[in-house]
Amino acid sequence: MAPLALRLTRRLALTLFVLWGAATLAFAGMRLVPGDPARIIAGGVQANATPEVLDAIRDQYGLREPVGVQYVLFLGRLLRADLGGSYQLGRPVSSVIGEQLGPTLSLAAGAAVLGFCLAVALALLTAGRPRVRAISRVLEFCSISTPNFWIGILLLAAFSFRLRWFPVLGDEGAAALVLPCAALALPIAGVLAQVTREGLERALDQPFALTARSRGATENRIRARHALRHAALPVLTLSGWVLGELLAGTVVVETVFARQGLGHVVVAAVRGRDFPVVTGVVVLSALTFSLINIGLDLLYGLVDPRVREAAA
Amino acid sequence: MTAPGSYGVAALPRLRVGAAQAGVALAAAFFALVCLAALAPGLFAHGPDQVNPALALRGPMAGHPLGTDQLGRDVLARLVFGARPSLLVGVGSTLLAGLAGSAWGLLAALGGRLVGEAAMRLADVLLSFPAILMALLVVAVLGPGTRNAVLAITVALAPGFARVVRAQALVVRGSAYVRAAVNLGLTPARILLRHIAPNVVAPLLILATINVGTALIAGASLSFLGLGPQPPAPEWGAMLAQARDYLDASWTLALFPGAAITLTVMSATVVGRALQARYEGREAG
Amino acid sequence: MTEPPLLEVAGLSVDFATRRGVVRAVRDVDLSLRAGECLAVVGESGSGKSVTARALLGLAGAGARVRARTLSFEGRDLRRLSGREWRRLRGRRIGYVLQDALTSLDPLRRVGHEVAEALEVHGLAGRDDLDDQVIGLLAEAGVPDPDVRFLQYPHELSGGLRQRALIASAIAARPSLLIADEPTTALDVTVQAQVLDLLRARARAGTAVLLISHDLAVVARLADHVAVLYAGLVVERGPADALLRAPAHPYTADLLAAVPAVDGPARELPLARTGPPAAGGCPYAPRCALADDRCRAEPPPPVPYGPGREVRCFHAGRERPAPASGAAAPPRVKDHAVVSVRGITKRYRSPGGSWRTAVDDVSFDLRAGEALGLVGESGSGKSTTARIVLAEIAPDAGTVLLDGEAWSAPRERARRARRSRIQLVDQDPLSSFDPRFTVERVVGEAVPGRMPRRLRRDRVAGLLAEVGLDDALLDRRPAQLSGGQRQRVAIARALAPGPEVIVCDEPVSALDVTVQAQILALLARLRREAGVALLFISHDLGVVRQVCDRVAVMKDGALVETGDVADVFRAPRAAYTAELLAAVPRIDVGRTAGRAAPAMNLEGLP
Repeated sequence: MAPLALRLTRRLALTLFVLWGAATLAFAGMRLVPGDPARIIAGGVQANATPEVLDAIRDQYGLREPVGVQYVLFLGRLLRADLGGSYQLGRPVSSVIGEQLGPTLSLAAGAAVLGFCLAVALALLTAGRPRVRAISRVLEFCSISTPNFWIGILLLAAFSFRLRWFPVLGDEGAAALVLPCAALALPIAGVLAQVTREGLERALDQPFALTARSRGATENRIRARHALRHAALPVLTLSGWVLGELLAGTVVVETVFARQGLGHVVVAAVRGRDFPVVTGVVVLSALTFSLINIGLDLLYGLVDPRVREAAA
Repeated sequence: MTAPGSYGVAALPRLRVGAAQAGVALAAAFFALVCLAALAPGLFAHGPDQVNPALALRGPMAGHPLGTDQLGRDVLARLVFGARPSLLVGVGSTLLAGLAGSAWGLLAALGGRLVGEAAMRLADVLLSFPAILMALLVVAVLGPGTRNAVLAITVALAPGFARVVRAQALVVRGSAYVRAAVNLGLTPARILLRHIAPNVVAPLLILATINVGTALIAGASLSFLGLGPQPPAPEWGAMLAQARDYLDASWTLALFPGAAITLTVMSATVVGRALQARYEGREAG
Repeated sequence: MTEPPLLEVAGLSVDFATRRGVVRAVRDVDLSLRAGECLAVVGESGSGKSVTARALLGLAGAGARVRARTLSFEGRDLRRLSGREWRRLRGRRIGYVLQDALTSLDPLRRVGHEVAEALEVHGLAGRDDLDDQVIGLLAEAGVPDPDVRFLQYPHELSGGLRQRALIASAIAARPSLLIADEPTTALDVTVQAQVLDLLRARARAGTAVLLISHDLAVVARLADHVAVLYAGLVVERGPADALLRAPAHPYTADLLAAVPAVDGPARELPLARTGPPAAGGCPYAPRCALADDRCRAEPPPPVPYGPGREVRCFHAGRERPAPASGAAAPPRVKDHAVVSVRGITKRYRSPGGSWRTAVDDVSFDLRAGEALGLVGESGSGKSTTARIVLAEIAPDAGTVLLDGEAWSAPRERARRARRSRIQLVDQDPLSSFDPRFTVERVVGEAVPGRMPRRLRRDRVAGLLAEVGLDDALLDRRPAQLSGGQRQRVAIARALAPGPEVIVCDEPVSALDVTVQAQILALLARLRREAGVALLFISHDLGVVRQVCDRVAVMKDGALVETGDVADVFRAPRAAYTAELLAAVPRIDVGRTAGRAAPAMNLEGLP
């Protein structure tokens, strides 16, 4: 277990480094904005904030300190999980994020499950079968090349406005989740299906598959006992990318379907230059990303003994 | 949004040589057409901003083959004139990201140990959260607009390029042919110029072509969110955002800009893949 | 012999439909095999030997069309089997051992599971006795500590143990026929000998063994009968003894002549002709010294030739004209050392953190014009030594001198101008060529000095001619060349700067034996003509015997013996050298059957 512990420690250290880097980037971004931050907080250049108001803001946000001190204070607050207050909403960022996390998570999780299931089913059905594979490839290519907000709009047009099967707006109930999940899952499923099928086919092409056949194993046994595990490796490698794609997708898809959620919040924050919120989301997603990658790393070692060895 | 070198659009199955030749020609022709429209939209249509409230939200009809939008503007004209900002974001950011990423990756691979380590850790940080967040952060700093969208996507894509370039440079540097060149007594500068640089750049160019699709989608996403080129600029993603609000009145309004994006992405990918197949085929004999 | 053969094959053909038309991989092949016998199918790469083996398992592949007049095994007609019947046969009645057990065992599954698979599939073991059976099988295949090994993964086993585990999985269900496809190819000689002994033991125990190999020496050690395959045709078949003692087909004779022998005097290797198999007439005609117009016009039918033998040749058994032996003048070996290696040591840190000594206090001299062989098994440090001699890596201790001047010690900048004096020919030439370069640029880059392109092209053409290549290849890319041609290009490049020394690192181990013979002959000629010294690194003692004047034997990073090739091979002083020599399979016909295996101590297992 010692090498595993060592590896975990190393990964955790890297995670901390990444978090620090993300926070620093966000802080630097905040400082790089041209103009007086107090004015931005007060509602932008257009807003006619009185000097008294601006002064109050400067005191409240510690803007009078030298940048170095502000940076240290910023990191200190971050360590206490204090993300500060939103400029626009006038509420603590952590509570804003906490409120909006739920809808976004259910959307992302639903899309992830849908995408993976679709992909594995498609890959298992089409691997090594040239004719259906060709059709499937074209479909996958289309789904990969299509921006998911367009898929979302087309789904809305077809199923909500024409057929009226699903609600047009809002996020009440499971029915409202179907179309956004589909819009989010389709491009991901396209990529995953390709990768899974390629992995399967590559594994079925290896000498060990021939050896298994020479032992009298059935094709199904070879797929289930040998090939699927090999195909899982590239899929695992890709899972980090899938996660990023999901997070990116939620931003856009929430806008398309006018859903509540983090994506919605962050877009509004970017428009209004509400840096505490942007920073909060950036740090949070860096954290999620790192943690999930650690999990994937462990999973990888579970599937492939050679990785376990190499890390030892 | 995808970092190059990971999958995404780049994971298109390798096209079979011969079977797909017609498709490749078609894709190349379409992509050329889009480029031409971006360079000289006047060749194809006029008056993307001509408002005609009497003819608002109509479907395809004589004089307006693709219909009109909520202000009665001709959708075809707007599509044609939208090619420039759309392509500018897609192609421009890929170019910039490719250049910056190459320099970054080469520095990481061939620079000293300290420089290389620092360069790669920076890429790690930037790649540790979704590229779109990176782009959003940049837009938050710089504000919306075409130029800033290009920069945002450049910043988002560059670390991915850097990683690919570094990996490729390390492979090439450790290759038996570089070993052979060293044994021939070639100077490091000559080895870099003759062997390492060309063998790193050629696959990178292909990767960049394929990546144009990814960048196009990313740019369209930003505009769709209202963070790219600002109205009334006829950008495809922004057109879709407007169409979203008039879906109950005219669903064709949402059809054409999306199709334009998708077809452009597809054609760029197919062309890139064809280049890759040729390159790899050449390598394999 | 009234009992019908276990396996009877007549008129077996396998075609593959490709985009460039139908490829006839196997044509009209007849084979027969009885229980307890070993039949070897011999041929170069691409001769169709592996396809033949797979066709017998019903695994020729998706695009394959298999036809046969007779295809019977244990009295059943294999041509009529359904998919389910095939599966019941595979693993149960016919076991299959592929080459390179690293990729032939599933890397993600434990060795025990892999061995158990045949038992599970055929329902031959219950849940409770499965493990015991597997451990028993591993022990039977000579795997030490089977109860530990069966929990390990393939990558944790050495090459020899993996191959044994693969054999254990193939014999798990006690099949009556064992097909072994190049079972020893990637193994060191001592391990190779052990695996061959294991297969022989199976044959003695009554299993029929079908051995697929390119290596006549391996075949000679194991086979009772031999079928020689060329371009998908059995050009000659018969009892191993008779066939190897007096080959009737010119191809068999050429193959035998090309095998470098470890004993007997060094001989001039024949410069066989090259060329792909002919489409019409006798396929071997383009390479045959006896070919006449008739051979080129009509394919020779199989004709009986002595007891139990059959040959497809119009000139069966005719003496071939002796190959024109080149100028017999012996190479001029001068007395001064070009390369002096003085006590070099190199240590590496293993991933576990411990230090491993790759090269341990090695010293030798390479004299001008001399060929020094550096032999050893994989991991013996011979390639690291080569890299130090080439000054690609610096030794931790000791020094290398080139022409008496410091070579390993100075900085690269100071060394660069002298690099032209010492050149390298690698095992895998293709990867040593820039993939974007044509042959002209690959070799041209090595031609020293500035000159106009035309002139450089002429120089390159001259170099190509020197290594026996046509200048039509100038504009080709290396990837389009055959293995032998690539190695010639690599040699031409090494010659271009006019070096005093060429380091050859396993230069022929990836080549077919006839091509190998050509490359060795080429190296010998260049040494004579250009007076260049060779540091010849090889695991193949026979090759070293043919090429080198002196030999240095390495084991675990250290030199165990250095001396004149003839002396060392006749009377090795170090026990390890003797062990290596004893393990080399020989084609000494007449003693094949029943010859005792050389005593191997299992403790020496890697």
